[in-house]
Amino acid sequence: MLTEFGRVLIFLIVGAVFVALGLLTAWLLRPSRPYPSKRATYECGENPIGDTRVRFNIRFYVVALIFLIFDVEVVFLFPWATVFKELGWFAFIEMLVFLTILFVGYAYVWRKGDLDWDKPAPRIPSYEPVIGVRETPLTEEEVAV
Amino acid sequence: MGLLDQKFENSNVIITSMDNLLNWARLSSLWGMQFGLACCAIEMMATGASHYDFDRFGVFFRGTPRQSDVMIVAGTVTLKMASRIKTLYDQMSEPRYVISMGSCSNCGGPYWEHGYHVLKGVDRIIPVDVYVPGCPPRPEALMEGLMKLQEKIRSESLAKKKTA
Repeated sequence: MLTEFGRVLIFLIVGAVFVALGLLTAWLLRPSRPYPSKRATYECGENPIGDTRVRFNIRFYVVALIFLIFDVEVVFLFPWATVFKELGWFAFIEMLVFLTILFVGYAYVWRKGDLDWDKPAPRIPSYEPVIGVRETPLTEEEVAV
Repeated sequence: MGLLDQKFENSNVIITSMDNLLNWARLSSLWGMQFGLACCAIEMMATGASHYDFDRFGVFFRGTPRQSDVMIVAGTVTLKMASRIKTLYDQMSEPRYVISMGSCSNCGGPYWEHGYHVLKGVDRIIPVDVYVPGCPPRPEALMEGLMKLQEKIRSESLAKKKTA
């Protein structure tokens, strides 16, 4: 006897076979005459420049992230401004707290230099070993001690 | 070349039945390449809209040549556009067809003599299946052009073409 999930399985099998049959028929019947111009990337009839995969500079990431944060801030500000008179002082102070938190974050990224396009050269901390390093191998007397 | 496309020397009853089915499928859903070049495009839009309803022929405009079967060159082909049209035609996958709509794309139209910037007929760069005369042709004319194309598709075959 077929269970409820057995019917689901039949659906899955029929669906997979249907797609496979369609692809197989098309593969058998279609004309295939590739040439470079046909295989070129579609750019509305223009000659494609470079590869389809384009890499963006990683520096855009921080900019996009900061933009997103302040974008959401504005999204919060608009409804707040609309009903500002009804809500009174409580909402005003709430929004001040919210803005303060965001501006502390803003000051932080500014201070850290995340808003600068050209980053200053990283300062790699130098390491001076406290214990001196011996340059000559151990003598036999020292090994005996 | 495809696996079965034009691989048969002589056609028999299986191949002709297959041809009938295949051609019926192809001619009943001719997806058009969506671009218009000049005033003919207005008539093409009218043909696609509800009053004339191109969709009842299975014509459905697509935004990319990869999904299109028929390219309706609707309007004046300027020399600047000609190279783009060639590229777009190249990027369509077979079987592909071209309807040249209106005098401009048929032969240059009003620009045939003094139009320094107009290609004198789109058939100078791509093979045209059906020419629709008119300046611009009415939607009925475009529909008749499409039906002519359907007649042409109906006579195609998987068998090898007879060469003279």
